[in-house]
Amino acid sequence: MPNTQQLEDFVSQVRRDIVRQVHKVNSGHPGGSLGCAEFISVLYQEMMDRKEGFDMDGNGEDLFFLSNGHISPVFYSVLARSGYFPIEELNTFRLINSRLQGHPTTHEGLPGVRIASGSLGQGLSVAIGAANTKKINGDKHLVYSLHGDGELQEGQNWEAIMYAAAKKVDNLIATVDRNHQQIDGCTDDVLPMGDITAKFEAFGWDVLEIKDGNNISEVIKGLEEAKSRTGKGKPVAVIMTTVMGHGVDFMMHTHKWHGVAPNDEQLEKALAQNPETLGDY
Amino acid sequence: MKKYTNTGSKDTRSGFGDGLTELGKNNPNVVALCADLTGSLKMGDFQKNHPERFFQVGIAEANMMGIAAGMTIGGKIPFTGTFANFSTGRVYDQIRQSIAYSDKNVKICASHAGLTLGEDGATHQILEDIGLMKMLPGMTVINTCDYNQTKAATIAIAEHHGPVYLRFGRPKVANFTPEDQKFEIGKAVLLNEGKDVTIIATGHLVWEALQAAEELEEKGISAEVINIHTIKPLDEAAILASIGKTGCVVTAEEHNFLGGLGESVARTLVQNHPAPQEFVATMDTFGESGTPEQLMEKYGLNAAAIVKASEKVIKRK
Ligand SMILES: Cc1ncc(C[n+]2csc(CCOP(=O)(O)OP(=O)(O)O)c2C)c(N)n1
Ligand SMILES: [Mg+2]
Repeated sequence: MPNTQQLEDFVSQVRRDIVRQVHKVNSGHPGGSLGCAEFISVLYQEMMDRKEGFDMDGNGEDLFFLSNGHISPVFYSVLARSGYFPIEELNTFRLINSRLQGHPTTHEGLPGVRIASGSLGQGLSVAIGAANTKKINGDKHLVYSLHGDGELQEGQNWEAIMYAAAKKVDNLIATVDRNHQQIDGCTDDVLPMGDITAKFEAFGWDVLEIKDGNNISEVIKGLEEAKSRTGKGKPVAVIMTTVMGHGVDFMMHTHKWHGVAPNDEQLEKALAQNPETLGDY
Repeated sequence: MKKYTNTGSKDTRSGFGDGLTELGKNNPNVVALCADLTGSLKMGDFQKNHPERFFQVGIAEANMMGIAAGMTIGGKIPFTGTFANFSTGRVYDQIRQSIAYSDKNVKICASHAGLTLGEDGATHQILEDIGLMKMLPGMTVINTCDYNQTKAATIAIAEHHGPVYLRFGRPKVANFTPEDQKFEIGKAVLLNEGKDVTIIATGHLVWEALQAAEELEEKGISAEVINIHTIKPLDEAAILASIGKTGCVVTAEEHNFLGGLGESVARTLVQNHPAPQEFVATMDTFGESGTPEQLMEKYGLNAAAIVKASEKVIKRK
């Protein structure tokens, strides 16, 4: 088992980065970002086989696609702290002339980003395409993707889910952030999606669940298991339960913090709950 | 020059929301659909007052357009609400086949259009939607300039039979048109008479055009200002009458110069009365994150840009 204390420290710093980025420009999406801090940190720090530096093709390494692009604060923090661009650049989040756009883009050439996202529901198709190319290239590396649960309401996902199973795209691990929240409220109030695990299974995927996506050991265990199931003729889905706003008590369990920035006082409270471990930018 | 005052800045999307609230009271056939952006579109009152006529479809815009088309069969008047990008590009073929080609009475109401959406950035800032929508046969395309006009337009389009694209925005902007205005689809509004140059503006740029006209007046240039809230059908008579008088035109819009209001005006001119024209619009580019003011400045969509374009076009006469 890897050193989870080190990862705990990393995640604490990522949470600080998330709330500080969003607070500075009084816009952005802290809720989903905080809920996925463990997952994206574990992915980049522990799971993915990554090369030094960044090139668009990513041959010979694992790839990650963020389909729910609004959680860019967590993505940017983890990318910066994994060496893709200077940590100080987090200061430019959502500012004019910045590479750190509100939603991740390739347009400004930010290292670590391979596709624009933000308009929901498109990332799974892209991940499947990249996985197809890896196969054609004889590249044994994996493709990871992350999707919001509300995002699954977009029909394109289900076209992609059907395709990936039919075409045996088994070098793909697609994770769903099952936080039961979206903009207008609880997913069950907005548009109940029923049993997501059963739906993926019915479409022919190999599905596993992470019951607590905010527990680092569980995320590692779940992703290790997912990895072991690749290459067996089925795409792998991970349905990961998380808490929106995790780690900042007043942001937890509510859609209200989906896309609202903390004020000065709230920022102080949030930071007090997440110690500085690796140095603020 | 005629003086216009801002009676208190408000967002145009609230004009839509308040117009929809009135429609809810007065027109039992109006139904509303939203794709997980009820608060952003200010549809909350309608939802609260008429839960039986409000349809939350989740994050599924294509499905929303199809359902809206279907609800017209039997006599309902569906108003769909989401961001402009997800109201158009995202669902173009659904609109094309099920709404426009099938001549369905759907009102596609689109907020957060253009650069003034701000910090969310280019993925959400559509600058191509007017073009997409105006190319569809039978589609009426409206881009309102302030709160009062958006509210009036929202109410007016319910009375018009046929598909309508109603475009408005996110930020608080000057509210300067009359509260009791009658909104006439397809009818230009002459805001200021002038003789040296015609400024034809739509949406958020109308207020900027008025500011520009004041600046031009100080420089001794007399600018005619026309508010084109309806880009299709275009009030060609009003445009030609004005340019017949001034001999040149600046068009101003929060949209790509390809496919926007400017191109519609240029087409009108070449077919009837060729005259020099300058475009205040984005120049075939995507947007980016930033505050609305910063972005309008960087991409040249404000009063200063209209003044510059006016001086340039007058020289070309
Ligand atoms: C196609 C599209 N429609 C609507 C939106 C607006 N929007 C941004 S995030 C969001 C809710 C997403 O819910 P979920 O995927 O569960 O993410 P979470 O709120 O849990 O972070 C919506 C509707 C969008 N970005 N793209
Ligand atoms: Mg969610």
